Amino acid sequence: MTAHQTQKTAEASAEIMTGAEIVVRALIDQGVDTLFGYPGGAVLPIYDALFHEPRLRHVLVRHEQGATHAAEGYARSTGKPGVVLVTSGPGATNAVTGIVDALMDSIPLVVITGQVPTHLIGSDAFQEADTVGITRSCTKHNYLVKRVEDLPRVMHEAFQIATSGRPGPVVVDIPKDIQFAKGAYLGPKAAVSPHPYAPRTKADPARIREAVELIARAKRPILYTGGGVINAGPRASALLREFAALTQAPVTSTLMGLGAFPASDPAWLGMLGMHGAFEANHAMHGCDVMVCLGARFDDRVTGRLDAFSPGSKKIHIDIDPSSINKNVRVDVGVVGDAASVLEDLIAVWKAQGRKASSEALAPWWAQIDGWRARKGFRYRPSQSVIKPQYAIERLYALTRERDVYITTEVGQHQMWAAQFFHFDQPNRWMTSGGLGTMGYGLPAAIGVQIAHPDSLVIDIAGEASIQMMTQEMATAIQYDLPVKVFILNNEWMGMVRQWQQLLHGERYSHTYSESLPDFVKLAEAYGGVGIRAETPDELDGKILEMLASPKPVLFDCRVEKTENCLPMIPSGKAHNEMILADEVEDIGAVIDEAGRRLV
Amino acid sequence: MTDDTVPATSDQPGSAYFMDHAPVRNERATFAIVVDNEPGVLHRVVGLFAARGYNIESLTVAETDRRAHTSRITIVTSGTHEVLDQIRAQLEKMVSAREVRDVTRDPLGVERELALVKVRGVGADRVEALRVSDIFRAKVIDTTHESFVFEVTGAPSKIDKFIDLMRPLGLVELSRTGVLSISRGAVEL
Repeated sequence: MTAHQTQKTAEASAEIMTGAEIVVRALIDQGVDTLFGYPGGAVLPIYDALFHEPRLRHVLVRHEQGATHAAEGYARSTGKPGVVLVTSGPGATNAVTGIVDALMDSIPLVVITGQVPTHLIGSDAFQEADTVGITRSCTKHNYLVKRVEDLPRVMHEAFQIATSGRPGPVVVDIPKDIQFAKGAYLGPKAAVSPHPYAPRTKADPARIREAVELIARAKRPILYTGGGVINAGPRASALLREFAALTQAPVTSTLMGLGAFPASDPAWLGMLGMHGAFEANHAMHGCDVMVCLGARFDDRVTGRLDAFSPGSKKIHIDIDPSSINKNVRVDVGVVGDAASVLEDLIAVWKAQGRKASSEALAPWWAQIDGWRARKGFRYRPSQSVIKPQYAIERLYALTRERDVYITTEVGQHQMWAAQFFHFDQPNRWMTSGGLGTMGYGLPAAIGVQIAHPDSLVIDIAGEASIQMMTQEMATAIQYDLPVKVFILNNEWMGMVRQWQQLLHGERYSHTYSESLPDFVKLAEAYGGVGIRAETPDELDGKILEMLASPKPVLFDCRVEKTENCLPMIPSGKAHNEMILADEVEDIGAVIDEAGRRLV
Repeated sequence: MTDDTVPATSDQPGSAYFMDHAPVRNERATFAIVVDNEPGVLHRVVGLFAARGYNIESLTVAETDRRAHTSRITIVTSGTHEVLDQIRAQLEKMVSAREVRDVTRDPLGVERELALVKVRGVGADRVEALRVSDIFRAKVIDTTHESFVFEVTGAPSKIDKFIDLMRPLGLVELSRTGVLSISRGAVEL
């Protein structure tokens, strides 16, 4: 029987229902339990179908961008796709920031948008926007469904595309008349794609053998891991630990990959990159074999490209072939899923009887210990004001024994969180890495808390970022989600202020918030709890008070106003030109004219 | 295939950092892409080129298999070897792309283009234009006492040459299809 005939037979015996009911049924058949959304005219039929569906929990956000970030937090902390439901026009355009965020960080999302009825498309109808046109370049794939017959297949394909290969967001735009139209529902197996999406996940064995050969002969190896390891599931993280132990190689990670390798392991070097660990960056610069696993040689990681790790052979393992040789030419490119490739590497390593020699690697580890001794994250402590680094250190110390998930906003606080909060497990750290979206943290924390109701979920925030999505406090209250928002409040857009200080002659153009809300009262206005800490000696007590609260908390932590985030690879410099807090007062003098022009 | 040498500039793809490199060699390449024939699919391809800063020198598209719902897009671009590899990988990554082939680097690849050329002139120029068109095996598809419209097909380099010769003879208007491509032999894309 041909695929076409199979489809016809399946259709003949299928249940007839409305397009809206097809959407809801497809979500259930795809194993969805939660969706984040906001109703409006063009999705009312789907909301009507949800009304009678107890198996799907709908979380009403206060802004559609919040829905996408909440879905990202849900996805990142569970490994399942996040689902968003919004209306046409402004509903869809508000969701765009979160969709781009998910694309940049490879987060699986299925975003269902309502659209005006098909006969009104193109007429500039009320709340009409060209959603597929707008989202074409910021989704992994998108659909405008113009026939109800296509709807079941499109819904199932959307999940398949979002979650397989390199994950990403998929938009399904459904006109209102299609939601009302009746059609046959087909399940995930019965709905046949004429051209199934099946990216390669299993690596070429020859590449695996080449990689093993290089790693086994390395005198100064390093594993540089990224978000791809997290996306490949907990098994990939377990295999990474095994592979690191077998090879005795040190491990560093991008911002997105934190937690895949335990921070408590002696082989852990810390995060690399612009504000990464001194030892991680120097080891990247000095290594002879680099194994990049599920990372993409981002400009925040590489620093100056033509001086990036000049003496090393590079192996790049990635599920996305277009990531390989994109920014950095590599010697061995391995296309495959991180877990599958690690499994193959370990199997070949063992089958060939390879053994890492502690003796041969001893000089490398001695060199690393030298860099570690430099203590790159050291900062000047204070008895009178709360140093932001100290605040994160105390937050980490006081939550260490807890089942904790951390989200962040974007800026200095995000980097300090990455430097001073440590993770031993994957899926515990949710941050906007690629797009750098201020406002990500609170809605993401809501998504995490929905998925893990009994865990402690903390959004480490800045006072500027949090104001981009503060309205989501109302969502936290409505669903009884006791998220903790730990605001490092320095009254400045700190990271921008830092760049103005270092690169723009201390001309602080529009980076000071002349007027801030009283965060304690703001929390209370929403029905949550507000706590303020102003001195180092009261910090621990206040943090414990926050942790003891069963409600959402806005924690206004007043910190040193002009602290800079260090160490730092200055713009236009290489990994080994990293500057440390105690080394240079005037970083501006280190950055040359060319460097000033960079982002 | 044309080779030209251009100095690297700060818009070096893939890097936010300035790099001083030896001059890079740009190559021309023709990609044949079989895509699902769905609304917006051409925009996906064009948008990818625009968003990543790749050149489009010519582009042709039409439905080629109604039953399989596929269209064939032929796109001529240029870039360094690395950029061309990246273009190919990005095209292959598109969910709507079923098959991508670099026709230029395929020894079996054949490229053809069609041009309509209007030439206005009288006297010796008019006679010379007709003589040249004969050499290029161009067809006259329209004529007046002072003009010809020629239809010429061939490899893009042949069309270029024909146009160069017609320009001093009174070329006033030109329309080109852009490159089409296919591979020799019995194998299908």
